[in-house]
Amino acid sequence: MNTDRKFERPLGRLKIDKDAVAECRELAIEISQPMEELARTHTTVSIERAALRLVGVDGVEGQGVEAVPIPNRVVDAVRDAIGLERGVLIPFLHAVESGCGHIQSAADAIARGEDTPTWPEGIDLEIATERAKREAAAAVDRIAAANTERVERIGKIGDASKPWFYLIVATGNIHEDIPQAVSAARNGADVIAVIRSTGQSLMDYVPYGATTDGFAGTYATQENFRLMRAALDEVGEDLGRYIRLTNYASGLCMPEIAAMAAMERLDMMLNDCMYGIIFRDINMQRTFVDQHFSRMVHSLAGIIINTGEDNYLTTADAIEAAHTVLASQFLNERAALAAGLPPEQMGLGHAFEIDPSVPDQIALEMAHAQLIREVFPDAPLKYMPPTKHMTGDIFQGFLLDGMFNLVGALTGQDIILLGMLSEGVHTPFLSDRDLALNNANYIFGGASTLAGELSFAPGGDVDRRANQVLEECLQMLRKVADIGMFAAIEAGMFADTVRPRDGGKGLDGVIPMADDYFNPITDELVERLGVAR
Amino acid sequence: MRPYGDWTDDGKVQLSFSLPMPEGERARQAALALAEKMGFERVLVAHMQAMGPDFTFFVVYGSTTHSVDPGSLTVVEREFPLLSPKEVDLAISEGLKRQLVVVGACTGTDAHTVGLDAILSMKGLAGDKGLEYYHEMNVHNLGSQVTPEEIVETVTAEGADAVLISQVVTQREAHIHHLGEVREALVAAGLRDGVLLIGGGPRFSPEQADELGYDRIFSRGTKPSEVASYLAWAISNRKAA
Repeated sequence: MNTDRKFERPLGRLKIDKDAVAECRELAIEISQPMEELARTHTTVSIERAALRLVGVDGVEGQGVEAVPIPNRVVDAVRDAIGLERGVLIPFLHAVESGCGHIQSAADAIARGEDTPTWPEGIDLEIATERAKREAAAAVDRIAAANTERVERIGKIGDASKPWFYLIVATGNIHEDIPQAVSAARNGADVIAVIRSTGQSLMDYVPYGATTDGFAGTYATQENFRLMRAALDEVGEDLGRYIRLTNYASGLCMPEIAAMAAMERLDMMLNDCMYGIIFRDINMQRTFVDQHFSRMVHSLAGIIINTGEDNYLTTADAIEAAHTVLASQFLNERAALAAGLPPEQMGLGHAFEIDPSVPDQIALEMAHAQLIREVFPDAPLKYMPPTKHMTGDIFQGFLLDGMFNLVGALTGQDIILLGMLSEGVHTPFLSDRDLALNNANYIFGGASTLAGELSFAPGGDVDRRANQVLEECLQMLRKVADIGMFAAIEAGMFADTVRPRDGGKGLDGVIPMADDYFNPITDELVERLGVAR
Repeated sequence: MRPYGDWTDDGKVQLSFSLPMPEGERARQAALALAEKMGFERVLVAHMQAMGPDFTFFVVYGSTTHSVDPGSLTVVEREFPLLSPKEVDLAISEGLKRQLVVVGACTGTDAHTVGLDAILSMKGLAGDKGLEYYHEMNVHNLGSQVTPEEIVETVTAEGADAVLISQVVTQREAHIHHLGEVREALVAAGLRDGVLLIGGGPRFSPEQADELGYDRIFSRGTKPSEVASYLAWAISNRKAA
């Protein structure tokens, strides 16, 4: 099978109002200031647990999915004993240095209640600080090494051509996921995403080990990451193209899942600055603080983040809500830049969800897709297939997916999440995935050079629609900037969903930093990424 | 009656399936043999394609030897008339003499409110207005990830007449399980008999109502006006009963 595709990002095909785009970016900076300030002055239980994981604390107490991770036990113990305002690393490494010097043993002892954390003074504080800095440097080296190793591997075995075909597996059992993922890779998939078990977003801990009993998805665990990574490395070597692995750093444990993704060399992670707030009712302060840390980790690890703007189109009319996708993308872009994550790692999302019975909907989809392509010229955009209007008519579904592929080919989208003809019926059969790959191979093989040839009639329907969406986006961002991000969310300006700033899940896990808060992992990340303090 | 391909009674069916074996003559024979066991004659394996070394995909045509007598089947027709919004409002105001209180939710960890919102929200579905549009209905949309306990609380606090539970995502019968949990919570609170308990979602069929202990189940493609018409009819009937 020939997986060498031609890929070009067609730019300058529309007469986009550049001043409007510039103003949107300025507004995004203004809007995100309070979010960035919040992230600079607060920590969360998940960030502290991520810090422990990065210095080598792992393991779990008990069995099965309900087992309590040791990092959770340690953070809870520190919180109960002395609070988390100064961070977990000093008291923890003080316990390590006062004991046998071994990180996991000290963690286990705290978890068992044999050791109560204290804040060290004098020479003990110096010792703990030194140890913390050393461990942090090693931990952050490990994060950066993920990037280096990925580059080396690609150099050795070859990279996938763009556009990357992104396929989902999710049986609930990692041991079933692996052969399906390998089969998908053999049949042309370039990116494998393992959907997480339903509700994992709302769990304030990360399950442990290889899991087999997920619900409508497979739990994201570090061991599941490791297993799938190894399988995809093996098949990638055989095929002569690096196969990328994607998972989801969303929900209450974004920092921890990001840390695990870096440690296991995943390549792409869902990481939206607002998804959890709007669609999962996670407290906005928790999300804003967590997403900043997780993005820094993703950035240094060379991981591409994917954002979830498709959700705006599945919960509202795709034509009426098109401008909210763009607005969210500007905000996600800004939050990423603030965490040192460059455009080349921003897999901003959008989707093909217009009602197929609406006249001229292909032209509208083209207008939306081309607009986003031109506004974010350096981003590896992620284009998502129809879901809302997919029904049991699988023949119609296959056709809609073909049209989605065509629009994706003509507008130079980098990452194509492959549509399944049976989207409206059930989770995909092996043959459904194969058919999806056949569809995509045919369309991208046949039409991708057209992207370089196309231009749109100046002032024509596509051009005007694109500028209309941009204008509506600008108006929306002006309104958000006027009242501020928190108030805008409280007023239901995003997806018509009202979320109070102190509501939802996870606020109790947000902790204001004391003046002597110390987290050398954050310091190293900030230093190496050149993030503003 | 047999399927119609291009003339009466030709019994023609097109199907596709995969076998977990390598492509080849043995696979083709296996597909033929399977189709014959399924009651097909004059089987044609129109397409056979390897999906990697371990799987083969087939598109098969055949004439089925089976037939069906549609007239002899027991069919659950819609037991209530479809009414216009005005007629629904009239039926409720005459039947209840006050607004009909509706509580709707997606339960469990299902965050997909697309179906629930289509039925409840003012905007409704494809021009068919949701229950919030009806003057004689007082609608409480609790959204997603609502626990049975929260539902019971709201039913009590608002004096609900109807409870709508939506389940979209499912795997391994989660949708059945979650509907059951809500029903049990209402029974335990002594509220079951006082409400119309309605379930909905793409994986349900109306025939499941009895086995689930629900008054009505709506499935894929249900419009808000159908649910509204059902509520109007059910309220009048309950009054009569």
